[in-house]
Amino acid sequence: MATVSPTPLLKDELDIVIPTIRNLDFLEMWRPFFQPYHLIIVQDGDPSKVIKVPEGFDYELYNRNDINRILGPKASCISFKDSACRCFGYMVSKKKYIYTIDDDCFVAKDPSGKDINALEQHIKNLLCPSTPFFFNTLYDPYRDGADFVRGYPFSLREGVPTAVSHGLWLNIPDYDAPTQLVKPLERNTRYVDAIMSIPKGTLFPMCGMNLAFNRELIGPAMYFGLMGDGQPIGRYDDMWAGWCTKVICDHLGLGVKTGLPYIWHSKASNPFVNLKKEYKGIYWQEELIPFFQSVTLPKDCTTVQKCYIEISKQVKAKLSKVDDYFNKLADAMVTWIEAWDELNPSVAKSAELPNGAAK
Amino acid sequence: MRTSPSLLSLTIDSALLNLSNIADLSPLPDHIVLDLFLLPARTRYFLSSRHSTFESQLPLSFLPDVLRNSEIVLISETCTSLDYRVAISCFSEALYFGIELLFVFGKMSLAIRDDEIDIIIGAIRSDLTSFMNEWRPMFSRFHLIIVKDPDLKEELKIPEGFNLDVYEKSDIDRVVGSSTSVLFSGYACRYFGYLVSRKKYIISVDDDCLPARDPKGFVVDAVAQHITNLTTPATPFFFNTLYDPFTEGADFVRGYPFSLRSGVKCALSCGLWLNMADHDAPTQALKARQRNSRYVDAVMTVPAGSLVPISGINIAFDREVVGPALVPALKLAGEGKFRWETMEDIWSGLCVKVVCDHLGLGVKTGLPYVWRTDRGDPIASLKKEWEGVKLMEEVVPFFQSVRLPREATTVEDCVVEVAKAAKERLGSTDPVFARAAKAMLDWVNLWKSVGSISSSPAV
Repeated sequence: MATVSPTPLLKDELDIVIPTIRNLDFLEMWRPFFQPYHLIIVQDGDPSKVIKVPEGFDYELYNRNDINRILGPKASCISFKDSACRCFGYMVSKKKYIYTIDDDCFVAKDPSGKDINALEQHIKNLLCPSTPFFFNTLYDPYRDGADFVRGYPFSLREGVPTAVSHGLWLNIPDYDAPTQLVKPLERNTRYVDAIMSIPKGTLFPMCGMNLAFNRELIGPAMYFGLMGDGQPIGRYDDMWAGWCTKVICDHLGLGVKTGLPYIWHSKASNPFVNLKKEYKGIYWQEELIPFFQSVTLPKDCTTVQKCYIEISKQVKAKLSKVDDYFNKLADAMVTWIEAWDELNPSVAKSAELPNGAAK
Repeated sequence: MRTSPSLLSLTIDSALLNLSNIADLSPLPDHIVLDLFLLPARTRYFLSSRHSTFESQLPLSFLPDVLRNSEIVLISETCTSLDYRVAISCFSEALYFGIELLFVFGKMSLAIRDDEIDIIIGAIRSDLTSFMNEWRPMFSRFHLIIVKDPDLKEELKIPEGFNLDVYEKSDIDRVVGSSTSVLFSGYACRYFGYLVSRKKYIISVDDDCLPARDPKGFVVDAVAQHITNLTTPATPFFFNTLYDPFTEGADFVRGYPFSLRSGVKCALSCGLWLNMADHDAPTQALKARQRNSRYVDAVMTVPAGSLVPISGINIAFDREVVGPALVPALKLAGEGKFRWETMEDIWSGLCVKVVCDHLGLGVKTGLPYVWRTDRGDPIASLKKEWEGVKLMEEVVPFFQSVRLPREATTVEDCVVEVAKAAKERLGSTDPVFARAAKAMLDWVNLWKSVGSISSSPAV
């Protein structure tokens, strides 16, 4: 299959953000694909522990002490003892694109047996447009060998910029605890050779295990919430970020893609531990989904930050009756934006739309 | 999305939120306890217990007395009862009760009889011999309806060994009258088959499509896949990133709300095409040598509120549920005998999607694939007529903006509303739209008089 032009490496424009509490041995397997890039490692848990980074990688590492030092009182918005702390990495990065991956994710093989360069596929996804306004039955129309189908209006064929590329996982699927308990042996062996835009107005469960995004377009929306130590909930960090991000992308006319690339998810977490973390989330999501489905953002929210602050207001107004946690979360969302703008002053008004109007 | 809660369910909801504060659950009646722990699954299952030997993969110590030595029968919404191993997850605070429990989500599809299915072929070409022979392994079990394009002059050639009814121009004229029979010319002839069929499920493929092979080399049984799609729920309200959760080896992912996991009825299944994909003429002309060789092993629900160009080349639908919404309405002025010269199916599909979204029904897309043979010349089609491509610029925004009133609760009512809106908003743009709107109303009337007779077929 001939490609028109090789995918650019973007090695000076992309940071790889990895949260870890154990070790980074998994990087050895990724070395051929990750070595050109700068890594931002966010060390969760005990800051006195030394995390060994394999030789030859260019990286910066932040532990809890660093987070406290850099953010001061605003550090309260960054979770502790939960991989949600990774969003600190998004905040301190100075690059245009972010790829984030979990430390139990390895290189997968495609059906022909070839190693999948997940990062290259994510870059392809981010660099080419999305088509959220009308569903293309042949999925990504910009892919080699595909195109728009009959009936797809030509005026919609330019697409919109892609803000998020959501990858999938072979082997251990990303199930919630009840499903894990019921199907402990199920493995995802189905390689679905497709990338597609998630239609405007549709929400989805965004998994943070294999995720890339355009930080300039959508970065401030990627707050992974208050999880872990001292919080009543866990394993909903990426879900929360995904719902906020999708609502904002829909409002600003940006695209979210899902599908390829696959990574190999090797470690099944303990379902009983997961159940304790998710218990409240399972019930709360019944309220959260209708909330996000009905959020409307006013026309004057033309930047991601403005959209995000507006969502935080609505969270406080409508979700505090579900649990007081949402008051804290709404406050943390505001703190996050303040910290983001402090650390990223030159793009404080990120990605204002060309004619100032939101779709 | 959910019906309003009863007093009992509100009480149970409240009890569950405060579960950690309840020190002693023993005074509660057994059925309330079971209900409490099945809360996330409650909207999908009713539960009854009988006493018989219980087989479990878990140590019996995990089961409470009330479940021990019981056979738990899960009764789905569709009243198909299945025996499942049941255990219910006990959250850490509820360990006061001293049990570890697990609960099960089962997937079920209905068993379909062969006589509930019609395979309907619109014959645009007269010699169907190789087409029928290639599809014989898949088609021969079922009843077929073949409708000959009224404009086709030659006699149809159909091989022996099928259970079928053939309809020609004279039959169409007789059943619907010669003034309305114009609805059924060209590719739209198949809609006459939809009208006179008395079966629940209809599967329809173009007469230039053959069975495809999957990447392992096995022949794809398109009929079986369509039926699976139609008889398992659709999930239009929230996107599942592992696509169809009801397929073997897949499920709902973390973050998918439990109350949405039972899904809704699937009304329409849109399949895809290998080799000649369904591109429009400009695209195919530009990429003359492009053939679709990518087999995407997925079925997915098109989300509610999202419109999609539904190709008529390879579809199946539940006639009982959504029949009237497939409308032979949009007839291009220069409509021809190649798909590049038609848009009737695209208009029809947009109508179906709008109606399904309004009525809470699902539309799936993806598998099965068919192999679409090379036929025709896109450049010739392009030179002749590209009206269809231009019209889509009006058609899509129109359907995106249609809002059906609350009072439209039947499919027929919905179609009438869409027709009214089309006449109002598009009628003056191009006469083809005014004609389409009228055709939709004619179709609904036909459906009421001919399509829904419950006794013997009209012919």
